[in-house]
Amino acid sequence: MFASCADPKALEGLSWLICYLTTGKHMLFYASFGTVLLLMLVTAPVALAFGFGGALSARSSLAPLRWFGKAYTAMVRGVPDIVFFLFVPIAMDQGLEYIRHRMFCPGWTEPVRQGNSFLVCDAAKLPLSSSPQIYHEIYGFTLAVVAFAIVFGAFAANVLYGAMKAVPHAQLETAAAYGMSQRQVTRRVLIPQMWTYAIPGLSNLWMILLKATPLLFLLGVEDIVYWARELGSTKSQIFDYPHPDWRLWYFLALLVFYLGMTKISEIVLARITTRLSRGQATLAGETLRKGADA
Amino acid sequence: MTDSCWQIVQDYGLRSIGIGERALPRTDFTLCHDFTLIGSGMIWNVYFGTLALAFGFIFATVLALGKAAQNPFLRKPSEWFIFLFRGSPLFVQFFLTYELLTMLPRQGLEFWGLTLETSWLTRAWAGALLVLFLNTSAYSAEIFYGALRSVPKGDLEAADAYGFDGWKKFRKITWPTMLRLAWPSYTNEAIFLFHSTALVFFSGFPAFRQQGDALYYASYLADKTFNPFVAYPIAAFYFILLTLCVITLFGAINRRLNRHLPGAPRKLKIRPQLVR
Repeated sequence: MFASCADPKALEGLSWLICYLTTGKHMLFYASFGTVLLLMLVTAPVALAFGFGGALSARSSLAPLRWFGKAYTAMVRGVPDIVFFLFVPIAMDQGLEYIRHRMFCPGWTEPVRQGNSFLVCDAAKLPLSSSPQIYHEIYGFTLAVVAFAIVFGAFAANVLYGAMKAVPHAQLETAAAYGMSQRQVTRRVLIPQMWTYAIPGLSNLWMILLKATPLLFLLGVEDIVYWARELGSTKSQIFDYPHPDWRLWYFLALLVFYLGMTKISEIVLARITTRLSRGQATLAGETLRKGADA
Repeated sequence: MTDSCWQIVQDYGLRSIGIGERALPRTDFTLCHDFTLIGSGMIWNVYFGTLALAFGFIFATVLALGKAAQNPFLRKPSEWFIFLFRGSPLFVQFFLTYELLTMLPRQGLEFWGLTLETSWLTRAWAGALLVLFLNTSAYSAEIFYGALRSVPKGDLEAADAYGFDGWKKFRKITWPTMLRLAWPSYTNEAIFLFHSTALVFFSGFPAFRQQGDALYYASYLADKTFNPFVAYPIAAFYFILLTLCVITLFGAINRRLNRHLPGAPRKLKIRPQLVR
């Protein structure tokens, strides 16, 4: 990166360390922190949307929709999430390839499942084996996001369902008495009111999501755990920057990153909680009102 | 067919703890293979979960008391410990501990002429158990701490009035009440712990001679057959079974803890969370 780093073997001490920490691989390592943050920022709204759909359908008056909503939340709760993280990406991958196989290769007569292998025609491969590496990475990341969103969506559905039930019933009845339709009651009264009840559960969920991000590594995404193992492992003299097994230090860095993120999240979530309890008919809202008066 | 399935059970039923066939099957997987191997792996999940929970229970009580203590020399370390283990992913804790344990000298530590063997610590049965124990201690301690703060003031004053003090007051009044209040959340914690035992063999600790847990075998089978639709649902089935056992056991304890109270015992509300 720097001109002085041209001959790493001649460097010593601090200048060696500076050069070591700015190699191309290390830049990829730093970028992978971005991958983790990106995953959280993409997953959180998608999972919230899934959860919203799940909660609304669990409340639906249409029986099949209600069963679907309840089954969705029940499904994820009894089984370790890691089972889903391992299952959903492979299942989705094979499902998509199978659909494309049926669409693009109608002439193909051999069965897709032959004993222990899963064979589709070349045109159905996802992503195409000719496409550049970046598409493979984006595809893997997308599958990971979907797996996360399905699992966290179920948990969010659970939280939101509880929050919707916690909104005082009298308020909904009052809204109905003013002549609002069912949809208007949901949109104008239920949804704005439920957040204050949902926020403890959702903040909990955010913390869990934060701590679930290293599982990306299991899904084959080149995330911080991958790079920490890669960069930390023993480097012999063949490498530009030989060093003994430094994985411990890399994992310590990850630990510090996660602890820092937890602390920041705690602070931000506390502020959101205060903001959302403003004007609510709850103990927290009442305390805020009294504080404002004084 | 039933005969051969019995044979498979005999060969692989205890595969995960090194009894039976050495080599894993490579071809011709039947449903019987799937159920037997994954079930055999469940032995590890039960082992990790049960022992971590048992040891963690004791340590968590100590930590909770430490966090509730007035003395900052007791309070601060407990708070830091709980933050450290609740604030970071279990996955990273596993990796970190494994690296830490492998840095111990191979030939063992010398203490006053005694040699302390260290190599067993890098094995999953000890190392992963240690991490799970510390992790569940931190989570349970937070639950117990919350419960400790909600012990009714009147109960403690009544204990004082009856002349209970020190250890006796804690043993007879504070601790049972704390447990009773904490139990529903503690049940959830137990369920998460059993679920997180699934992480052990994906996180640094290598599976010694391919003796892994349920998910290790499930992913082995899914990899070999390119078919996730059989192995993972079977693993899920076993975990649901395990969860139901935990709920039954903890429900029974919950009834016992609440048996002196009038009215119906508080029903356990199970709200399993995710990974930590």
